[in-house]
Amino acid sequence: MITTRTRRGVATLAVLAMSGLGLAACADDSSSDGSSNSAGGEAPGAGQPECAQLEQFGDLTGTTVSVYTSILPPEQQAQEDSYKVFTECTGAKVDYEGSDQFETQLVVRVKAGNAPDIAYIPQPGLLKTVVSSGSVVEAPQAVADNVDEFFGEDWKSYGTVDGKFYAAPLGANVKSFVWYSPKMFSDNGWEVPQTWDDMLKISDEMVDMGIKPWCAGIESGEATGWPATDWLEDAVLREQGADYYDQWVNHEVAFDDAGVADSLDLVGGILKNDDYVNGGFGDVKSIATTAFQDGGLPILDGDCGMHRQASFYAAQWPEGTTVAEDGDVFAFYLPTTNEDNGKPVLGGGEFVAAFDDRPEVQAFQTYLSSDVWANEKAKATPGGGWVSANTGLDINNLKSPIDKLSAETLQDPEAVFRFDGSDQMPSAVGAGSFWKEMTAWITGESTSDALKNIEESWPAS
Amino acid sequence: MTTSEKFFHMAIAVLLFYGVMAAILLLTQRLRSRNGERVQAAAFLGPSLALIGIGLLYPAGVTIYQSFFGAAVFDPPFVGFDNYTALFTNSQQLTVLRNTLFWVLLTPTISTIIGLVYAVLVDRASFEKFAKALLFLPMAISMVGASIIWKFVYDYKSGESTQIGLLNQILSWLGIDTYNFLLEPPWNTFFLIIILIWIQAGFAMTILSASIKAIPEDMVEAARLDGTGPWQMFRHITVPSIRPSLIVVLTTITIATLKVFDIVQTATGGNFDTSVLAYEFYRQSFVAGNQGLSATIAVVIFILVVPIVIYNIRQMRKLEAR
Repeated sequence: MITTRTRRGVATLAVLAMSGLGLAACADDSSSDGSSNSAGGEAPGAGQPECAQLEQFGDLTGTTVSVYTSILPPEQQAQEDSYKVFTECTGAKVDYEGSDQFETQLVVRVKAGNAPDIAYIPQPGLLKTVVSSGSVVEAPQAVADNVDEFFGEDWKSYGTVDGKFYAAPLGANVKSFVWYSPKMFSDNGWEVPQTWDDMLKISDEMVDMGIKPWCAGIESGEATGWPATDWLEDAVLREQGADYYDQWVNHEVAFDDAGVADSLDLVGGILKNDDYVNGGFGDVKSIATTAFQDGGLPILDGDCGMHRQASFYAAQWPEGTTVAEDGDVFAFYLPTTNEDNGKPVLGGGEFVAAFDDRPEVQAFQTYLSSDVWANEKAKATPGGGWVSANTGLDINNLKSPIDKLSAETLQDPEAVFRFDGSDQMPSAVGAGSFWKEMTAWITGESTSDALKNIEESWPAS
Repeated sequence: MTTSEKFFHMAIAVLLFYGVMAAILLLTQRLRSRNGERVQAAAFLGPSLALIGIGLLYPAGVTIYQSFFGAAVFDPPFVGFDNYTALFTNSQQLTVLRNTLFWVLLTPTISTIIGLVYAVLVDRASFEKFAKALLFLPMAISMVGASIIWKFVYDYKSGESTQIGLLNQILSWLGIDTYNFLLEPPWNTFFLIIILIWIQAGFAMTILSASIKAIPEDMVEAARLDGTGPWQMFRHITVPSIRPSLIVVLTTITIATLKVFDIVQTATGGNFDTSVLAYEFYRQSFVAGNQGLSATIAVVIFILVVPIVIYNIRQMRKLEAR
C-alpha cells in the first residue's frame, strides 16, 4: 500500500506538472494576421542563381513556418534537405515536426486551436474533415497557378473541397504495381504480362511447377485490411472504368453494386484461390495475419512469384537487395482487363494544407508546389523512395529504378490516374468498415455479405 | 516555441507554484484559532478542488454531453439516445460487449487464483524470493512490450515453413498441425486474455503473499495443534484471514481489465472480433471518426467501473483499519 508520505509527494509533483503545462499552453500562439502575399524588401538570397524564382517572396528573415507531417526518419532528412533553397533564399526558418499519430493528432490539434501553419495531409478524406472545421485557409493564387501548370486536373480536384482549392499535391506513390523476381521470370522464359489473362497464365505455370504464384499480407495493426482495399480499387478501375470508380467513391453508385461485386470476385480469383496463395505463409486465411511489410518477402526465397503492392514497398526489401529491372526484385504495371478503360493507375500522395496566411506560410506553400522544389527533393533523396506527379520533375534527377518507373507511369499521357478510394471515402467507411469487411472477406465472409455490410455503414448525411 | 523556451516557461511555473505555496503558508501561519485552521484548510484544499474540477469533472461532463451527438468530427448532429441504442443492438458492438465480459470474468479470477496458489506454495520455501521474483517479472514489462512478446509466441506459419512462433514450433515438434492463434474468434480473445493474466498474476501474488505473512503466528500454531491438515488450513485459516486482501486484488484487477487497451491494440488491432470496450472507444473516436459513439462507450465504461471502485475503496479502508 502507498504510504501517506509518498502520496503527498506524488500529489505535489502532479500539481507542479499541471501548473507548468497550463502556463506553457497559455503562452503559446501569438500569430500575426498579415494578409499580403509578399513581405517586400530584398531577399537575403538575391542575386544567387538558384534563388531567381524565389525573389518574389521578398525578405522573410526572422519568420518561422511550422510544418506538421507523418513523414518520419529516415525520409524526414531528405524532406528537410529539400527546404534549404527556400530557407537560404528567403531567410525564413522551417520548423519540422513529424508524428506517427499524425492523422489522429492533427484533428486533436485543430480542435484545440493549436493547428500548425502547414500540414501534409495524406488523405483527401481527412482534408475534407479538417476543412469542415473552418480553420484551413484557401491556397493563394500562386499555388493554384503552379498546380494548373504542373499537375493534372485530377490531382487538383483532390485538393479541392466544395469548389474551393485548398491544398497542392506534394509527393505521390503508385499502387498499381506487381513485385516479382526478374531472375525467376527469365529462368522460366516468362515475359512481363501485358494482360490480366497473361498474368493468370503465368500463375498457372507456377502452380504446375509447385510454386504458390502469389503472396499477400494485409495485417497492419488497426489499419489491417487496407492492402485488400487497394486490390479491389485496382480491379474496379480496370473492369468498370474511371467514371464508374468516381461514382462508387462518392457513393453515387451503391457500394454493393453488381459491378463492384464482379470486381471483388475478380480479386477473389487470385486472393481466395487456394492454389494461388499464400506463398510461404499458409492458407488463404493466413493473408489476414501476415504483416503487410512481410507480405512480399518470400519472393526472395522463391516461395512465391508475385506480390501486388505499391511503389513504396521498395523500402521493405532487406538491406542488400537490388531493386532493378535486372536485379533481385522489381515491379511491373498491374495489367488491365479491359482495353476500353485506358491505362488506369491507382495511387496516393500527400497534400499541403495551410492553417494560416502569413506571407512566409504562403511563400513556403508556393515553393512546395513548384517544379523547383520537386527537383530539389529528387536531388535531396539519393537513396530513392520518393516521387511526385509534378510534370516539371526531371525523371533523370531520380536515382532509383523503381522511382523512375513510378514517375514514368504517372507522367504517361495514356495513364488514367485515380486516387486511393478508401482515402477519399468518409472515415466511417474508408478507415472503418471497408478495412474490417475486407479482412472478414479474406477470412471467409462472402462477397455479397462483405459489400452489403460496408454499404450499410455509409453515414446517412 | 523552442525547447529552451518551454523549459523557461516551466521554470516560471515551478517558481510561481512555490511562491503561491509560501504565500499561503505565511498568510495562514499567524491564524491559530479554530477559524484560522479552517481558512488554512480551505487555502490548501481550494487549488486541488479546482484542479479536480478542471481535470476530471469538466471532461466527464463534456463526455456525457458528447455521447448524445452523431458521427462527425466537427459539428456533429444531435441524435439523442441513438448511440446507446446502437451500442446494445449493433452486432459488431455486441461482439465487443461479449468480449469485454469474457475479459472481466476470466482475468481477475484466474490471475488471483494463480497468485494465491503460488503465494501459498512458495511461502517460507528456501527459494521463496527467487520464485516470487520470477512470477513478478512480467509486471515490470509494459503492456505493449508483453503483447509483442506474446505475438511472437503465437506467430503462425503453415506446417512446412520455418516457425518463429514458440507455440507453433512445439505443435510441429509434436506432429500436430500448426494453428493460427490470433485468427479464429472467439478463441483468439482467450489467447489475448492469457497475456493479461501473465502480467497480473504477479501483482496478485505479491499482495496476497504479504497478507498471508500477516496472519498471526499463534492462530496458525493453534490450528496445527488441533491437527488441521494443509488443505483445511488453507480453506479455514488462510483464505478467511486474507479475505479483504483477496477482494482488493480482485477488484483492482477488474478495473485494470475494463481498461485493457494496449494488448488488443498491439496484438490484433481489434481485428478478427477481438475488440473490447476500451479499445473500441479509441477506434471509434480516432480511426472511424465517430466521436458520439466513442463518448457513449466511455460513459458505459465509467458506469461499469464506479461501483467496483467504491467497493474497492471500502475494502481498502477496512484493510487499513486493521
